[in-house]
Formats: sequence, structure tokens, C-alpha cells
Amino acid sequence: MRKLGVIVNPVAGMGGRVGLKGSDGPDILRRARELGAHPQSPSRAVEALKVVSRLKDTIAVITYPAEMGEYECVEAGLRPTVIGYIRSTETTPQDTQKAAQEMAAENVDLILFAGGDGTARDICDAIGQKTTVLGIPTGVKIHSGVYAVTPKSAGEVAAMFLEGKLKATREAEVMDIDEDAFRNGVLTAKLYGYLLVPEEKRFVQSVKSGGVRAEAQSLHAIAADVIAGMNEGNYYIIGPGTTTRAIMERLGLKNTLLGVDVILNKELVANDASESQLLDLIQGKEAKIVVTVIGGQGHLFGRGNQQISPRVIRMVGKKNIIVIATKEKLISLSGRPLLVDTGDEELNQELTGYIRVTTGFRDYVMYRVGF
Amino acid sequence: MGRNSKTLLRKFHQARWDEEIIFELSVPGERGILVPRAEDGIRAEVGDGISVIPNNLKREKPAGLPEINQMRVLRHFMRLSQETLGADIAPDIGEGTCTMKYSPKVQEHLAARHPGMVEIHPLQDENTIQGILEIYYKLEQFLKEISGLTYFSLQPSSGSQAIYANASIVRAYHASRGDNKRDEIITTMFSHPVDAAAPATAGYKVITLMPGENGYPDLGAMKDALSERTAGIFITNPEDTGIYNSTIDEYVKAAHDVGALCSYDQANANGLLGIARAKEAGFDLCHFNIHKTFSAPHGCMGPAMGAIGVTKELGEYLPVPRVKFDGKKYYLDYKRPKSIGRVRCFFGNTPLALKAYAWIMQHGADGLKEAAEISVLNNNYMEKKIREIPGVVVKYAEGKRRLEQVRYSWEKLMEDVGVGTDDVERRMVDYGLPHYFQSHHPHVVPEPFTLEPCESYSKDDIDEFVAVMRQISKEAHEDPELVRNAPHNAPIHNIPMPVIFDPEEMATTWRKYKRMKGIK
Repeated sequence: MRKLGVIVNPVAGMGGRVGLKGSDGPDILRRARELGAHPQSPSRAVEALKVVSRLKDTIAVITYPAEMGEYECVEAGLRPTVIGYIRSTETTPQDTQKAAQEMAAENVDLILFAGGDGTARDICDAIGQKTTVLGIPTGVKIHSGVYAVTPKSAGEVAAMFLEGKLKATREAEVMDIDEDAFRNGVLTAKLYGYLLVPEEKRFVQSVKSGGVRAEAQSLHAIAADVIAGMNEGNYYIIGPGTTTRAIMERLGLKNTLLGVDVILNKELVANDASESQLLDLIQGKEAKIVVTVIGGQGHLFGRGNQQISPRVIRMVGKKNIIVIATKEKLISLSGRPLLVDTGDEELNQELTGYIRVTTGFRDYVMYRVGF
Repeated sequence: MGRNSKTLLRKFHQARWDEEIIFELSVPGERGILVPRAEDGIRAEVGDGISVIPNNLKREKPAGLPEINQMRVLRHFMRLSQETLGADIAPDIGEGTCTMKYSPKVQEHLAARHPGMVEIHPLQDENTIQGILEIYYKLEQFLKEISGLTYFSLQPSSGSQAIYANASIVRAYHASRGDNKRDEIITTMFSHPVDAAAPATAGYKVITLMPGENGYPDLGAMKDALSERTAGIFITNPEDTGIYNSTIDEYVKAAHDVGALCSYDQANANGLLGIARAKEAGFDLCHFNIHKTFSAPHGCMGPAMGAIGVTKELGEYLPVPRVKFDGKKYYLDYKRPKSIGRVRCFFGNTPLALKAYAWIMQHGADGLKEAAEISVLNNNYMEKKIREIPGVVVKYAEGKRRLEQVRYSWEKLMEDVGVGTDDVERRMVDYGLPHYFQSHHPHVVPEPFTLEPCESYSKDDIDEFVAVMRQISKEAHEDPELVRNAPHNAPIHNIPMPVIFDPEEMATTWRKYKRMKGIK
């Protein structure tokens, strides 16, 4: 019998309706409650779980007590086994982490969790890629790629995964922004890590396109194109992400998934370089920047790759920026432009227009860049 | 019995023979045909006919062919045909972009039985095959008139081969001018995917333009992609969405301004016959799929014909030989030094030329235009009906009319009840309709399906098709599992997804099947 773990972060989404841009931290939560915020998370989690309940006789469900999953599961018509202990009405991020660890230890096939970017980060800290997970979007901030589009579609994907109709998994980004800074008008997002999610049709297209295998082939093809175009004596600044990782892997070089690496003549020069290291390296040299689309909103700069600062970008020059992405990733933006948020308005302006995105070997797509 | 006159739905159930693979029917020594021994006179002239085969061409072991009597072979294929749905048995409106129009049976009869077709050989002296050469020549004249371009070749034997040949002509043209730097082709996301694939196979880099809100790409994106590296643009119009880009001449002009050539993919020209031509839009090359617009049957990867047309300037690059007429007789012209050469042995697929010639003669110029108009009218009628079905959305160009096809989306159905285009497609066959075409990959329109009710289908056919779509939407809302687990009335109930689409899991030959099943 297949096992499903259910975790609900009951306070996710509290800050949204009252304009608080998130609900991480007890003080903010208190303010949200004072402003009249009601929990959104439980009802949205129930919406997803109702879809899963069509499998109620064929799967085992494990969850955490009270509002962290028990209430929601029962309301959706599931009969869960409840584990763990919490102080109801005073749940914490540690509860989420503990729940994820205990469910991973129970060898569940999938953890379905309800929350936002903060919740995804807690799960990522707790279990990394030990277990396949999927997010029900209930939080204020959803920059991470681990969430389904709607609660219903989360339920649908979870059900299909448990039925064995979806088998493959993929790494999806966990992003988080600094809420305190955001409340002060500054948006800084960090690429926090990667969780393993079911291969979801909506993002990776219909199963017929070959799914994960086709995506892996696309990544190889993109990497081959970038490598074939590499000039001797040029520094290549390789941004974070799984798409850029394919280049490092193809060259057999050590990669920093969440950081910036530098290559010269197909040899590694620096791993996880900082802005000042980058500036030192490329000063007076020919250099190119290779970046991919980060996060669900389609950022090229300003999310998770702040090391590639306005100074670095200006030094390298606009014409030396190589953007790589799979066609599926571009299509998932639904026609919205790629975004640049370098922190330098003038530079953002200069970077807008159409850019040639490498989508395969000798295969490119013209795509709009905005800010 | 029969179709319910109110709901237009049928209580359908298909034959379920679970017929064996033909190799499994083999009985050693059994024969369908006993080949007669040659008469004495012939034996005296050529001997036994076998001993002249050089030793190094002879098989050491007989070929592993199935050995079966005639009657069982016939039964085998009749059973397979009963387990299949297609244009001759049900309204095949769902194969958008494929133009599944009726191919009059008289064409089939001519191509399969006329001695001038079945008793000739391409190596015969051209004086003895004047009939088929005349048909080639005259069909070329028709296509010239339909497109406005100056020369045609009927040699390429598929739409993709036509585009490959056109990409080769583009390269030959630039090379003849000493311009060897041009290594890029531009196409669009909603053009037929082979507009990217065939030039890539011909060695070009491919740049694809994404659609804007109106459904076709921004001219600015095109201009940014164009450069002295651009060899040509390969574009479909109307694209697979059914949206016609009425400003296409501006795209052509922008490409010409940088010295690139423009190739018009008219594989499906069904909405344009007698209305708009490649020439007036400024194109240098085009191609027609004879097996779509010109009725020679389309499907099953069977014999096809991609007729390629070019301007006067590009005529010398067309494949050899060209069929010509000197006022008295038709002949083959091989003396063409700048030609890209042959792309196919002999004349390509001759029966298709005959069928297209017959179809054009049956219709006349006015009839072709009427076919285009009816195909657009049919589509507009059907679009209105399909849009009313809960769960259907249509992306791009809100409020604008489309030509002969529409790419629809079940996105809303998926969001509302978790039933997607794969599910609906599998359910259609329970009502006796062949499956529809979703879209090529990647799916830009989510949960897509593409319909094209070309001029052949009656209002009743369209109404039945729409009734089935409406019924499936209703079922999806009331009992989604019924649709998800479809088909229920087809020869095969459990379709293993996604394995069925995985080339590594497919047994495409008997040899591979045996290996996968561990059969000795």
C-alpha cells in the first residue's frame, strides 16, 4: 500500500490578505491576527485533499495532529494515522521540520504539504531530497517551483503519483525572499535549494513529450551548444541552477548549484565566487555570463545570483550574456517576459528588449526581457 | 438502434479480435501464392532466372517471413481494420492541420487499376509514358497558378522532404553568390515543427519566434533575429492556431532586407485556395502537401507528395529531372548543372500526382475557391459550438476569426475537474470517433486539441462531433473517473501511458518484439 504524508502549515498565508507580505516569525503573525487575518491554509489544504480522497481505500495516510493535517484530512474524508505532538494554535517551523523528518523515516511515498516559500524552506532543511514532496500553494509568497498551480491541481498530481500514473520526479527550486527587507520595499530573493517533486504535467508538459528523459536530453543539448561556442581565453561566469549545472557536468567540473562558478579554457577557475572575486578575475579580460531562468516568475538577474552584480554585468557587456533555458521553461512563463532586477534601474532598462535564448544544440528562441 | 436522433450520440462498441501479430500466424511451409514456373520459351532465353543473381547478393538463409495462406491473410487485415478508426469509417474532424478531406474513390480506382498507371515502369523510354508525364506537367501548371510561383517539382515524397529540399535550394542559392556565412533559419513556434526540424537536418541553426497576444510573433522579435547570418525564414500561415497573419508581407520584406530568402509552408493551404497566394505575399519558395489540400489520402505515414514551388530566379536549383513539354511531346530534362540533385528516386510517388490532378479537374478554379470558403465556414460554425462547451478555452487573438482550423484548450476542464486532453482523447473512441490531434511538442497551448472540419464534412457530421465533445465534458464534470479510465468500448481498454509513447518501450519490429518478450 502506498503511503502519503500530509503536513499543513496552518498559519501560512496569514499575512497576505492584510498586506504583510508573508507571515514568517511570531511578531508578524501576532500583527496579522490583530489586523483580522484568518488562516487560509486549512481550507485550501482540504480542497487538495478532497481530490486525493478518491484513493482513500487504497492508500495509507500519515499526518500530524490537529490543524497541522489531522483536521484537514478528516474533513476531506480521509482516515489518517496521526503521529507526533504539537501545541495546537502555537505551531512553529520546527513542527514542520519534525513532521517532515518523521514522515521520511516512515518511508512515505510522497509528502503533500500546504504552505508558502517559508514552509518549503523548512521541508528542504529537514529532509532535502530524501522523499518526494509536493506543495499545496497556501502561502503569501510562492516563488518556489515546488508548488502546484492550484490546491486542486496539487491534489490531482498527488493522486496520479500515488496511483503510479506519474512516476518520474524532478528537482524543483526552493526560493525565499527576505521578508523583513521586503516589508521595507527591498526584494532580495535567494535560491535556497532543491526539493524532489513529481514530474508535473503543467510545468513539464504532457507525458508524451518524453518527460524527464526529454528534459535531460534538452539540458545536454543546451550544454553542448554553449561549450561548442566557448572561446579560448574568455572567462565564463556560470550562474546558479540545474540548467547551468549541465554545462559543468558535461565538462566534468565541480559545480555550485546555488552559487556562481567561473571557467577559463574549459577548466575550473573558481567555485562559488563572490562579486569581488568575479570583478578581480575578469578585470580587463574578455568574459561571458551564462545564466538561466530562476524562479517561477522568470528572473535572469536579481534572484539567487546577486553575485553577478550590475558592476559585473556592465564589465562583461550586454552582448556577452548567454541565456539558456529549455523551451518548456520558457513556455511555463505563459508569455510573460523574462525579468531583470539587478538593483540598477538604468542597467535594467538597457537589458530589456529581445534576447536569443539557447534552447538546444544550434537551437534558439527569441524571447522578450522586461523588468 | 443507430444514432440517437436527439443527442446525436451512438451506442458504439468496436470489434475486439485481439488479433495476433502476423508472424505469430506463420505455419512452416504454408503458402499464399504458388509462383508459376516460367514458360519454356522464357526459360530458354533467361535460364531459371535465379542463377544470374551474384553469389554475394544471395541470402544464406531464407528471409524470416510469415508463411500464411491467402484467406488467413485477408482475415488478418480485415480484423485489424475493424480495430481501427479513420476517415473512411467516421467523421475524422479531429486531425487538425492534417486536412482529412474526402478523396473520391474514383481516384483510388484509377491509381490502382488504370493500365497507364499500374503497367508502366519508370525506366521505360519517355516516349512510352507520355500520359503520366503529361499529368506531371499539367499538375505543375495548376500549382503555379494556385501559388503564383514560377516552377514546381513533384519529386519530394513528404512535407518534411519538401522543406528539406527547399532548405537545400536556399543554401544552393546563397552558395552560388559566394555567400557562405548564412547558417541560420528563422521560424515560429506555431509553424509546423518540421519548419525547424528539416532545416536543422540540412545543417542550419534554428531560431524560433514566440507568439504574441495576437497569436503571431512580434515583428520586432523577427527584426532582432535577422542578420547577415540569416539564410531564410520558414513560416506557416495560418499557423497551427488557425490564426492568419495578415501582415506576413512585412515579415517577408524584413527578411529580404537582410538578403534572406522566404519559404512559405503551405502544407495545409485549404483555407487559402483561390484567395491568397505565396507570390503576392512576396515569398521565394513554398510547398504544398498534395496529400492534404489536394485530397490524395493522408495518413498512416503512407505515400505522400510535397510539391515545391520557387520563383523564376530559383528555378535552376530545383531537383532533377524536370518534366518539360516542347510543344509536341513531354520529356525529362536532366541538364541542370545548378540543381540540388535528386531528392527521391524516379518521379516520387506517382499515384499522388494522378489523384491531385483528378481532384483539381473535378473542381475547377471556382470549385477550389469554394472548397476553401466552405472549409473556413465549417470551421467558424464548429468553433462557435465548441466554445460553448464547459471546460474549453481558446488562446490568443480574442474576438478574431480563424481560418480553417483552431487549436483549442481543455485547460479549464483540467483546472475544474482534473480531466485533461489525454483523457478526452481516449474517451472519444467510445463514441466511434477517431482520436484528435493535440498539438506538436512542446505544448504552448496547455491541454491542447486541434480540430479542422474541412469542406468534406456536412453540418450533421460536425454536429455529431460537437455532441460527443459536449457529452465528454458533461461526463468529466459528473463522473471524472469514467473519462479518466476510458476507453471502455474500444479494442484495447487499458492504454499504458506514458509507456506507449516511449520509443525505448516500443517494439517497432518483430525482431525487437521477440527480444523484448524473450521469444526464440
